[in-house]
Parts: sequence; C-alpha cells; structure tokens
Amino acid sequence: MLRVRGLTKKYGDTEVVRDLDLNVRPGECFGLLGPNGAGKTTTLRLLLGLIEPDSGSIELAGIEVPKHAREARMKIGVVPQMDNLDPDFSVCENLLAYGRYFGMEKSAIVARVPMLLEFAGLANKADAQIAQLSGGMKRRLTLARALVHDPDILFLDEPTTGLDPQARHLIWQGLRRLLADGKTIVLTTHFMDEAERLADRLAILDHGRLVAEGAPRALIESHIEPAVVEVFGEGLADWTGSHASSLCQRFENVGETLFCYTSDADAIIDSLKHAPTLRYLHRPSNLEDVFLKLTGRDLRD
Amino acid sequence: MTSLLRLPRLSWRFIPVWQRNYLVWKKLAIPAILGNLADPMLYMLGLGYGLGSLLPDVGGMPYLTFLAAGTVAYSTMNAATFEVLYSSFSRMHVQRTWDAILNAPMTLDDVMLGELTWAVSKSLLSGLAILAVIWGLGLYGHFWMTLWIIPVVALVGFCFGGMGLVMNAVSPSYDFFLYYFTLVITPMVLLCGVFFPVSQLPAVVQGVSAWLPLTHAIDLARPLVVGSMPDNITLHVVALLIYGSLGYVIALALTRRRLLK
Repeated sequence: MLRVRGLTKKYGDTEVVRDLDLNVRPGECFGLLGPNGAGKTTTLRLLLGLIEPDSGSIELAGIEVPKHAREARMKIGVVPQMDNLDPDFSVCENLLAYGRYFGMEKSAIVARVPMLLEFAGLANKADAQIAQLSGGMKRRLTLARALVHDPDILFLDEPTTGLDPQARHLIWQGLRRLLADGKTIVLTTHFMDEAERLADRLAILDHGRLVAEGAPRALIESHIEPAVVEVFGEGLADWTGSHASSLCQRFENVGETLFCYTSDADAIIDSLKHAPTLRYLHRPSNLEDVFLKLTGRDLRD
Repeated sequence: MTSLLRLPRLSWRFIPVWQRNYLVWKKLAIPAILGNLADPMLYMLGLGYGLGSLLPDVGGMPYLTFLAAGTVAYSTMNAATFEVLYSSFSRMHVQRTWDAILNAPMTLDDVMLGELTWAVSKSLLSGLAILAVIWGLGLYGHFWMTLWIIPVVALVGFCFGGMGLVMNAVSPSYDFFLYYFTLVITPMVLLCGVFFPVSQLPAVVQGVSAWLPLTHAIDLARPLVVGSMPDNITLHVVALLIYGSLGYVIALALTRRRLLK
C-alpha cells in the first residue's frame, strides 16, 4: 500500500528525515513513533506530497509521490495534528465543503453524510456550530471529514493528543472499525499505549532515522528484558552500589528511581526484602521501555 | 527562492475554494453588504454634496461626479484589499482552513486563485454598489458607456487582490497590515486623484502618481462615468494586469515558503 525507499529531507544542513525505508501493507495499522522533532510530521507531509524530498522514492497505492500527489491524495484521508475544521460552517456543512475539495458531486456527499455523522457519533449535532463541540467531538468530526471521499488509506497525526480517556477510547473504537472495514492506517503518536493497542507494526524514529521496526510485542521481546523492577526510596544509592550490577541485566538511574531490567525479577525482589526502606514496582516491560532505551531519556524540545 | 518562483498552474479546481467563501459570506450577507458599502457611499455623498457645493467644477465636471468616479475605483480597491488581507489571513493563519484544503487534492495555486477570484467578486459588489448610486443620481454621461465600468472594476479587484496577497504571505499578524495601509493604500488614495485632480500636485509627485495602480484605475473609470472613451486604454489595462499577476505569482512563492517548506 505504501512503499518508501531512501527518503531524505533536509532543512538547511539538518537532515530532518534520513534515508528512511518503510513498507505498509494493505489493511494494517502502522504506527510512527518518535520523540518531538523526530521527523514524524515531516514524514507524513512528504508522503502526502505537500513537500518535496531531497532524495528517495514514495509509492502510495501504486502512485508515485510527489509527482502524482494529486491522484494519490484522492485515496488518502488526513487527520491533522491541530484541528482545522472550518469554524464558519456547521458540522454538516464542514463535510459538504470538504467533499467538494475532492471534486465530489453534492448529491454524492449528501448521500454519505448520515453514515459519516453516525460514525462520528454526531448524528444529533448535524447543525451544531464547531465552537459548540467538545475537543473529542471535534476530533471525531475531523476523522469523519477525512473519510468523506471514502479513502483507502488514512494518515493520522497524533489523533488523540489533548483528549480525555473517554474521548481517546471512542477514537480508538472508530479506528478499529475502519481497520475491520479493510482501511489502511498510518498514525503518528507518542503515546505508547496507543501504539501498542492499535498498531500491527510500528517504526520508531529518532533524529529522522529509523531505529527499530516491527510488531509491538516483537519489538519488546527483541529489544528489552521481559521484566522491569522500578526501585525508589531511602538508601537507594547503597543498594544500587552493592546489588544492581549483579542482579540486573541492565539498569538505569533516573532521578530518584532505579529502573532494573531483568529476566529474573524474583531475585531482585528477594534482595529488596532485606532493604525495608526501599519500595518497588514490578511490572512486565512495555513499549515505553523500548522507546526510552532506543531514543534516550533526554528532553527534545 | 528561485525554485519557489514559477508560473502558477491554473485549474478550475479553485471553484470549491471560491464557493466556500461565498457560502460563508452568504450567511452574513446583509450586515456584510451594509458594512462594506455604506462607508464609501457616505463619504462620497457627504463630501460630494457638502464640499461640492463650495467648489466650482473640478476636472471639468461637478465635484460630486468627480468624486463618484474616484470612489468607484477607491472602494473597489478597498474591498479587494480588505478581503485578501484580513479575511484571507484568518483563513490561512488563524483558522488553518488552507491547511485542511491542501490535504485534499488541491494545490496552493488552486487555493490562492480561489481567494483571488473571491476578492474580485467582493470588489465587483463594491464597485457595482457605487455604480448603482451613480445611475440613481444620474451622475453619468452615457448609460451604455458606464457598463464598461463593470469589467474595469473586476480588473481593479484583480490588481489589488494580487498585490494584497503578497502582504498576506509575509504577515506575522493582523497588526502588520497597518503598514500596508499607512505606506501603500492611504498614500495612493491621496496621490491618485480620488478626491482632487492629480494635476494639482507638484510635478515630481505627479510623476510618482503615474506609476501607481490606483491612478490607472481612475484614469479608466472617470472618463467612462463622464461618458467619453478613456485615453491609453491598453496602457492602463496592462498596468493593472501586471500589478495583479506579479502580486499573485510573488504571493504564491512566498506563501509556498511559508506553508509548504
């Protein structure tokens, strides 16, 4: 569905996207993960043909981008990071206006509106003004708007940033419905739970470069020890000095907490029983641990 | 910059953009018409009658007629300028409407052509309203001749729409537009013969005035109101076309750098 080879984009001397290869199969949900500034949004803009790459090739549903970006965009629906619904129009008018940008006949758009409103859970809000909608409703309408021309593939740029848990679950539900209908989804996110929940496969980007790619579970298995014990409390420094290197395969001291990565958590927990001032949290390792291992813990902004 | 500056690729796909602006405008058409049209008309009638009664013929015609012909061009210029400055800027920068449209199979060329043609439509409305007053008060020489004012008005709207889009492309905020009004629009209103004949100005200033687009607009509109064929029609038409097209092409390059870098 999407084939990217050697994609590179420079701004001045900085390479924002470096030699990127991606393969997205039809019907799958593909996640693009990365810290702020990793090149996720730039990659999406390149895929849409909004900006031209310095080198590399993009093929979207068999169409060459950016050369035939217009044809390619007929098959793509986009949910941008920032809501850009038309505030001068009502909910329903937003869908009508957006369909016209795809060259659709009014009757064809009108026929799809009830289905789109139902999908967005806004069936009773057709005539509401955009300013009256909650953040979650706006996101859902933006998602419905991206479907107005029945695209094969959807690009979502951080679709649930800024939403409360209820609203996020509704969006995820909608996306799963689209996947069940056979749509292909490419989404960027920096929420690991979102990626783990939705993505069949994902790519982790850092400094514009692909640092890992695979199914979420496979990434966890191949990049990191299966369990994590987070240790904190009084006397941590002493315990770290005497036990950490012998008991953990890998450990990391972050502020007041020691992250112990291990395949034998019981050994660590046994040792901690003799250190009553220390507290701990034992959990299976997750995508966030992989992400932090690969991209580091320093702030990017 | 050189890679950004290229011939625009024009297509009919600009129509949904025009239509979007039209549908929004239609919702508030009555207050919009009153707001946009009442102002130039009040100036024209107030000054025309008030000042006109004190004055002999100006430029060979009653002052009200002189002023009405100037106001056609002036209010057309203002309508186009306000549209591509404040309204286009809202859609581009504040509401991000252009971003949304660009995710559809539309190019920036389409979006900005839609904005430009919409500005022309708004200026047509403004120009026609003044023309209606000219007809109503019988300020014209030959009725049929005044019909030529309609394409002139569209041309003037195109010229100032294109020029204004350049300002839109480089502006960080609404406040920036004040520079354009203070440094470009207001001097033009005073130098190009809206309120008094250019011949009243010092020779050097007349020389500057001859290059300004509003002068070309008025040199076309005023004779048509009075009922004679304008002199140097080709020169004026070409000048207005060049100002407008250059503006559009430069604005396209600058906006591309702003939005699609």
